[in-house]
Amino acid sequence: MSTEAHVNHGSHAGHDRDGGVHATLGGYLIGFGLSAVLTAIPFWLVMSGVLGNKEATVVAVMAFAAVQIVVHMIFFLHMSPRSEDGWTMMALIFTLVMVLITLAGSLWVMYHLNTNMMPSHDMSRLP
Amino acid sequence: MDAPAKTTGAGQAASATPVFYLEDEHAHAGGGSTMLGFWIYLMSDCLIFACLFATYGVLGGSYAAGPAPKDLFDLPLVAVNTSMLLFSSITYGFAVLAMDKNRVGQMQAWLAITALFGAAFIGIELTEFAHMIHEGATPQRSAFLSSFFTLVGTHGLHVTFGLIWLGTLMFQVWQHGLIEANKRRLMCLSMFWHFLDVVWIGVFTFVYLMGVLR
Amino acid sequence: MLDNPGLQKAIFGRLTLESFPFHEPILVATFVGVALGGAAVVGAITYYRLWGYLWREWFTSVDHKRIGVMYIILGLIMLLRGFADALMMRLQQAIAFNGSEGYLPAHHYDQIFTAHGVIMIFFVAMPLVTGLMNYVVPLQIGARDVAFPFLNNFSFWMTVSGAMLVMMSLFVGEFARTGWLAYPPLSNIGYSPDVGVDYYIWALQIAGVGTLLSGVNLIATIVKMRAPGMTMMKMPVFTWTALCTNVLIVAAFPVLTAVLALLGLDRYAGTNFFTNDFGGNPMMYVNLIWIWGHPEVYILILPAFGVFSEVTSTFSGKRLFGYTSMVYATVVITILSYLVWLHHFFTMGSGASVNSFFGITTMIISIPTGAKMFNWLFTMYRGRIRYELPMMWTIAFMLTFVIGGMTGVLLAVPPADFVLHNSLFLIAHFHNVIIGGVVFGMFAGIAYWFPKVTGFKLDPFWGKMSFWFWVSGFYLAFMPLYVLGLMGVTRRLRVFDDPSLQIWFVIAAIGAVLILFGILSFLVQIFVSIRNREALRDLTGDPWNGRTLEWSTSSPPPPYNFAFTPVVHDNDAWWDMKQRGYARPLGGYKPIHMPRNTSAGIILAGISGVLGFALIWYIWWLAAVSFVALLATAIGHTFNYNRDFNIPVDEVIRTEGARTKLLSGQA
Repeated sequence: MSTEAHVNHGSHAGHDRDGGVHATLGGYLIGFGLSAVLTAIPFWLVMSGVLGNKEATVVAVMAFAAVQIVVHMIFFLHMSPRSEDGWTMMALIFTLVMVLITLAGSLWVMYHLNTNMMPSHDMSRLP
Repeated sequence: MDAPAKTTGAGQAASATPVFYLEDEHAHAGGGSTMLGFWIYLMSDCLIFACLFATYGVLGGSYAAGPAPKDLFDLPLVAVNTSMLLFSSITYGFAVLAMDKNRVGQMQAWLAITALFGAAFIGIELTEFAHMIHEGATPQRSAFLSSFFTLVGTHGLHVTFGLIWLGTLMFQVWQHGLIEANKRRLMCLSMFWHFLDVVWIGVFTFVYLMGVLR
Repeated sequence: MLDNPGLQKAIFGRLTLESFPFHEPILVATFVGVALGGAAVVGAITYYRLWGYLWREWFTSVDHKRIGVMYIILGLIMLLRGFADALMMRLQQAIAFNGSEGYLPAHHYDQIFTAHGVIMIFFVAMPLVTGLMNYVVPLQIGARDVAFPFLNNFSFWMTVSGAMLVMMSLFVGEFARTGWLAYPPLSNIGYSPDVGVDYYIWALQIAGVGTLLSGVNLIATIVKMRAPGMTMMKMPVFTWTALCTNVLIVAAFPVLTAVLALLGLDRYAGTNFFTNDFGGNPMMYVNLIWIWGHPEVYILILPAFGVFSEVTSTFSGKRLFGYTSMVYATVVITILSYLVWLHHFFTMGSGASVNSFFGITTMIISIPTGAKMFNWLFTMYRGRIRYELPMMWTIAFMLTFVIGGMTGVLLAVPPADFVLHNSLFLIAHFHNVIIGGVVFGMFAGIAYWFPKVTGFKLDPFWGKMSFWFWVSGFYLAFMPLYVLGLMGVTRRLRVFDDPSLQIWFVIAAIGAVLILFGILSFLVQIFVSIRNREALRDLTGDPWNGRTLEWSTSSPPPPYNFAFTPVVHDNDAWWDMKQRGYARPLGGYKPIHMPRNTSAGIILAGISGVLGFALIWYIWWLAAVSFVALLATAIGHTFNYNRDFNIPVDEVIRTEGARTKLLSGQA
């Protein structure tokens, strides 16, 4: 395990800052290109309505977002399983699990709570 | 993640007693935990946004007979704003590359351009907010609008804070040069900045694009 | 005050002379007591010329040991306030029968039960737990400090700032009357227009920042700063529980920050998150606050479990049984604690499918805790048990916590919870686990590590007095509440109609008085221990024949903890060293790199406190000024690059030499 006494003797030029993954010009350009495309397509799908089907558009847009987040993680944040002996990745995965539980859990619970309110309440209207 | 036990220290004795302390400890510069520590802080920030997203998810349909997303969201403008943030991400990347090569002037230039893109993002967002409020779509009008302004506004506040930090760092680099501490700070800000772009992906997807689709 | 009400408002916000409770005798008397006591303390410090010493050696210290001690002192002081609230409630409930309204009007009583909960959780339990982890973890992993020493100092003072705001609410304005979680719509501006809920929000937001940063700090410390050879699976169990606790902190406290911010926006900006109209949904608050709230109670209990593991193995003279399963159990508890939160509001109406899911997860989470119980018992089996005070607290914990855990599993059954939710049964359950688990754990930890911190043990006689008063008092105070809860009595009631209930409340009040004697005995114990410290001296640094690295240092440890960073080969590293012929090095010392003290922490926290006060009282100019000052000070602090220094080798030689002399005097 890495310990303070053995790693990080200051960052000499060229020394791996984050445990193995370097920033490179190519990396940033690829990341930028992919992100631009992954942004443009969802905007186009929604603004033009080309898929015709709302549900399909929603799924597509969410999928593009997920992929673009991964692109950002890899090319901009230099996410790698080697960084900080795997602790960065572990922290990220744990956080993602928490985020999912918070989002999915809240939506699920609140949907049920709202449904069981009486009388049936249309939340888009004034009280 | 486990590694075998190490024994170090000068001149391990031939006897059976293992070495229980480091005789030769090279004094390290410190700051070795900063990147991990900042990353963990970012994860906690991620959870704050998760709560705001969850709140938006739950309350985002409660228009209270007021304006709904399709009445308010100007998608072309949001696309422009998104590109401002994306450009600022890559210009920060170029700044980091210059920092790696110790080219201070180039780095400062790219940082300045990043700041301009960031400021443009905030400026556009503020005009969007002002326009909405002028139309009567205030944060107080409905739960949907409360959650919209809070989620998007919190992101904007983070970007603003990032800009202040950026300005401070540019000054500190000008003052002290690319010393270790400043490099560490620049890398932390880099993580922060890219993280905000990641959150923005969530915002433009779930708030703007899906809002219009609701 | 001023003739012009507009000017009055502009300068003082909504703070007026009416905000001071001159007409409430209990508060006036309390204020006089606090003022006199405070003046005595300040006077004594001034007389003995200790301000400089306190500022240099304690308030601006970034030494984790000093900060840990300050946290514990804060927790113990706030225990007195929180317990006073408890006594007042017990007395009120014992006498408010047969037409009597008791001595506390509703307006006051409601603040007392709210303050009791807020103080006990946020300003007693959290500081005690954080203080213990702060002190012990770096020593146990062979490090010289935490990863971010300045941040550590800042975190402590932010907690103090939050505590100050709560204490201030006693004498300036009032506190919330909503219960410790401040559910809307009651906590919203319409039903609580006064400053109480605002005190609540800002005290917790400020303290919450401190806690969150502390979480980041300790995770980075444990991950990055372990001594060479100490792999994850060779860490002491207390360090494992500390790691999981801090992971819980980092994952849970952002939720609290977000929810309180949303409530704050509702109150200050008129938004509609939790209102009854315009689309708001108060149930979302309950949902979010318990997503924080459940992990919070595990944040409190896991360090206590860690203490019990250390104490059991030390005082049984045996390696802890089932180390691997202990670690797995702790990690499983950490993850599962995020999947149970709805059990706090089964009755809010989410329906059978949702309730069943969370009921099942709640029952599952009791299993790893059960595994830990068995591991402790198996550690004791065939050990040579020494019934020192920490071990006594541990045995009491085992019995008491199991009862509390069982009632918890009972409550996990949704249909049962429909009857028992918000009854005194619930109150008895959580006090059972918090007192039996957290409080007993803290007392065990304090008794165990006190000699390390101060250099002398605690007086055993008064310790045992405190112990027996606490244990008997707890059972007398809370077992009747189980009975009352099963009979249908609701929580937070002030007056009762059914005279047959009174006897149970009287017994509970007697229990509370016994606990009072327990607390007083503890204070006497401290006083007596200091007075008799030479007789109680720990000269070796290892008074209990301990097993982990902190016992390899002197008592108290030097500022740099270890002259040489230890190298670890096995679990129970210090025990391993003792068994295998470790010889303490007598020379070859080097200068040691340490972080400098800083005043930035206390200053930033102080400004935050002023900001909080200004926001509470709507003193907008002060809020703006203090916000700018906060930002400027924080940014200004980053211009300080001179953050560390080297302890010169002569000083190390002197310190280590003194210890060598002491140890050889022992031989």
